[in-house]
Formats: sequence, C-alpha cells, structure tokens
Amino acid sequence: MNNNLQIPADSVGLVKPQSIRFEEPLVLACGKVLAEYDLVYETYGTLNAKADNAVLVCHALSADHHAAGYHSESDKKPGWWDICIGPGKAVDTDRFFVVSSSNIGHCSGSTGPRSINPDTGKAYGPDFPMVTVPDWVKCQKRLAEKLGIIQWAAVAGGSLGAMQAMQWAIDFPESIRHALIIASAPKLSAQNIAFNAVARQAIMSDPDFHGGRYYDFDVVPASGLKIARMLGHITYLSDDSMGDKFGRELKGEQLNYDYRVEFEVESYLRYQGEAFVNHFDANTYLLMTKALDYFDPASQEGGNLSAAFKKTSAKYFLASFTTDWRFSPERSREIVKALTRAKKDVSYLEFESNHGHDAFLAPISSYLDAFAAYMRHIKVSGE
Amino acid sequence: MSELRADLQKICEWIEPNTRVLDLGCGDGSLLAWLKENRGVSGYGVDIDDANVRACIENDVNIIQADLDAGLTDFDEGSFDYVVMSQALQALQFPDRTIAEMTRVGRQSIVTFPNFGLWMHRFHLMLKGRMPVSKALPAEWYDTKNIHLCTIKDFERFCQQRSIDIARRDIVDYAHKESVLMKTWPNLFGELALYQIRAK
Repeated sequence: MNNNLQIPADSVGLVKPQSIRFEEPLVLACGKVLAEYDLVYETYGTLNAKADNAVLVCHALSADHHAAGYHSESDKKPGWWDICIGPGKAVDTDRFFVVSSSNIGHCSGSTGPRSINPDTGKAYGPDFPMVTVPDWVKCQKRLAEKLGIIQWAAVAGGSLGAMQAMQWAIDFPESIRHALIIASAPKLSAQNIAFNAVARQAIMSDPDFHGGRYYDFDVVPASGLKIARMLGHITYLSDDSMGDKFGRELKGEQLNYDYRVEFEVESYLRYQGEAFVNHFDANTYLLMTKALDYFDPASQEGGNLSAAFKKTSAKYFLASFTTDWRFSPERSREIVKALTRAKKDVSYLEFESNHGHDAFLAPISSYLDAFAAYMRHIKVSGE
Repeated sequence: MSELRADLQKICEWIEPNTRVLDLGCGDGSLLAWLKENRGVSGYGVDIDDANVRACIENDVNIIQADLDAGLTDFDEGSFDYVVMSQALQALQFPDRTIAEMTRVGRQSIVTFPNFGLWMHRFHLMLKGRMPVSKALPAEWYDTKNIHLCTIKDFERFCQQRSIDIARRDIVDYAHKESVLMKTWPNLFGELALYQIRAK
C-alpha cells in the first residue's frame, strides 16, 4: 500500500523544526529563574529585506510549533493551523514569513518538565517552574531578536494562543502592528478554572503520577491524563456538534446494560483520550492549565482591561464562534469593549458555527475569508 | 465625494474633521472609509449582516458585528462625537430604544430615514388601497425589512416627547436635492429626512 500523501498545492510542504538555545537567564513571573532553555520553532515563507513581513503564530493548550505543512510524506495530518497558513491562505506564506514556536513548559522539544534539569541531572518533572503567558511572550521576543525581527507584522492565535497575541500587544507595543485574537477571553471564568482544576485532580490523583516524578518510575499517569483530556475535549465541542456527530448512536447493535462502552460518544472520547496520552506529557498539561488560570492582563491595572490596552499601538482583529461555550462570544466582546474604550482600532466578527471552541481550527469559509481579507490589508515592504 | 452614496455625502457635510464617529448599520463601511480618508475621522461601524461586516474588513474599516436591537451597552456615555444611523431606523425592532442609546453614547447623533408621509405613499394607499411600494421602499408588505416606518411629523413629535433636541434638519429627495416644495411642505414632498439630534 502506498502511504505517501499528495502534498496539496496550497501547503507549505515539508517543513523541519529548528531549535535555538538561550543562555541568558529568564526570570519568570513566579519569581524563579530558568538559567537556560531551548525553543523549538518552525518557519514558513521568507523574511523580506526589511524584516517587516513576519507573523508570529501562537499555539494553544495542546498544540505545538508544528502549525503548518508536513514533517514527512507519510504524515497523515498537517500542522494544527494548516487551514490558515500557506500560499494563498489567510496567513499567505507568499507574502508573510511565519514563525511558530513551542512554548517553554511544553513537551515537544522546547524546554519543559521532561527536559533535564542542569542542577540535578534528572528530568525537571514537578520542579519545572510555573510558566505564564507573559513568560512565553518574553521567550518569543528573544526568539524574534535572534531571527532579526524587530516588529511583527502580526501576532495571531486562537484560545490560549490568542492570549499570547493580547499579551504581546500589551508588553511590547512597539513590536507588533496587528493582533489577531480568535476564540479567546480576557481571563478565565470561575467555570473555566473549575474545569481545569478537575483535569489537574484527575492527573494528580492517578497512582502512576508519583508527585510528578513518574519519569523516574518509567510510567505515565495515563488514566488521569486521559480523563483530563476527555473532560477538556467536551469543553472544546458544542452540544450541537456532539449531537450531529454521535447523537445517541450505539457502538454495538443493542444496549448491553453494563459499564463497557455503549454509546459512540463514549468510544470517541476514549479514543481521543488515549491518542492524547501517547504524545502529551501530564506535567505539561498541568502547567498549561495553570498558565490559562493565571492569565489576566487587567490585573496589573486593578482589573481595568481598557487601561491595560491604553498604551498599546497594535490594530486588533477579534473573532468568536456562536457555539463556543468555553470562550463564548460574550468573552470576546469584553475584550472589544475594553479596546473601543481605549480608542483602539478593532474589528470584531462573530461566526455562525456548530463546532464549539474548536471552530478556530475548522475550515469555516466565512471565517477564513474574513481572516484573509484582514491580513491582505497588512502592509509589508516591497509590494 | 463622487463615489459616496448621495445620502452619505450629506452626512459627511455635517461631521467635523478629526472627530470620533460610531456608524450604526454601516453597511460596507463606505461612510467611515471616506471620513477616515478625507476628514481624519476615527471610529467604528456596527452591523449585524455577515456580508456587510465582511465588506468592511475588505474596505479596511473598523467593524463590530453586533445587533443594534440589543443596545449599545458596550459603549460608554458620550464616548463618540457623532453616532450616525443612516436609513436603518425603520428596520429596527426597537427604534425608540436605539435612538435613546444613540443620544446617550454620542454627543451628537445623525439619523436619516425615508419619509413615509411622502405624497406618493399617501396616494398609493388612498387610490390603490395597497401598501406603498416605491423606489425607496421596494419590498412588499410581507417581506419588507422596514417594520417601523414613520413620517417627518412622527419623528419630530417623538423627539419632543423624549426631550431630544433637534439641532439640524434637512429634507431632500432621493438625489439629495432640495426644492421649494420640500421646503414648504416637507412632510408631503420630502423623500428623505436627515436629522442631527442630541439629548436635551
């Protein structure tokens, strides 16, 4: 059988992750210091002579630096935002130079809990410091400097990725011209934090968790991580999309009246959970959920989000999706309200979709068209 | 102003340079685009329609997709120099509430609407006994978006009742020309009414 896939013409094609070591110590929001760290990243397109066509793409909770294209011809799926990045796509790689890095704390190459702690010679595990959205933005700033990028044409992301775009606009106002904030929120609600808390409890109460030192025991807290992912996954979908996809379809022919998988939706969630456990690290999951919980740029201004945006100079594009209940349209409108109050240039669009929170990853033509239309107005030199 | 729709040209004449404008039911954003380009105006368009908001993005105009009938709660009192609503009043579910919101958010507001008191409409109803269908109001009664039509007299009475100050008025035809007839009997001959209003 021939596994080789035909790489589509609008794909960035085969891509290769790169890595940079940073030896300048990084002081984190939690007060701890990372003496040195690696960042893994990918780039698509070409940086122009004035370096004013660079776009930073920020990943959300479970994705990584692999945002577009394929690592090998046998890859079944392209990068996580391939629908938006490529020649002729919204983030048009014929015009833009796209950078996508994995954040520290992650488990896909950038320094994280699975990396070796130079102080002990063993994996960091639970000793990896808490990382926050501002910490990641600081890392991305250093990466930009290494790549010769003084100012991003745009920083874009969905969900937790969008929070990084927001933080960029606030922390480095001179270094970003446009912020694209998709399916996001200015901070987590009590309900959002509650879901994260349950996910963490599932992981930490797994007997194989060993206080986060499971690497030493050559095990992973698989059932805990699986439950965490299943729970998370429910919040990414909408009632409608689950209904459309599974309804009350049975896995078998008839009801069994036992506790084995009976409904299709149960089977799907288990599959999602298991697939996740195979490639994701439990300590990273804990860290990512905490980074989400801590995100609150308004807190530095006594809860006034508009004041946080006051000194920013980026233009903003916000989008939300009707059935997203994790970060509902109302949450995006909180950001819009703060931005209009701060007299910033902002456009806000609300898209009809039954995909729930995951809609920002879905090929919804109205969304992709508007995204592309916005990007076309971003000026780059040499055009 | 060649490329700008005639009624929007009139509105532009009323807007001072370098001010902040909120354009309700902004369509493709051409008013704001023109004002930004020629008058140094900044601001936002608000529209609910998917095609319109997309057109605003294409035209590089700040657009906020929202339902006007849900109010302008996301905007603070007096936060714009002008709140504009051009020929959208008659399509609103709650025009009275929206006007109240406009006068809250804008230091000045500009409202335009087709005058239902126009003699043609009156004759249409009187002679044919059917709901008026005209160039400005082309839809049939069952599929019209214009659910709250009013006459010039109705609007002015409404302003009086709600303590809204009429700062300026212009009654024109659809080509935006004025005439002696319109000046003398505005409610009978005026096709389009433009008002600049503010809270008393």
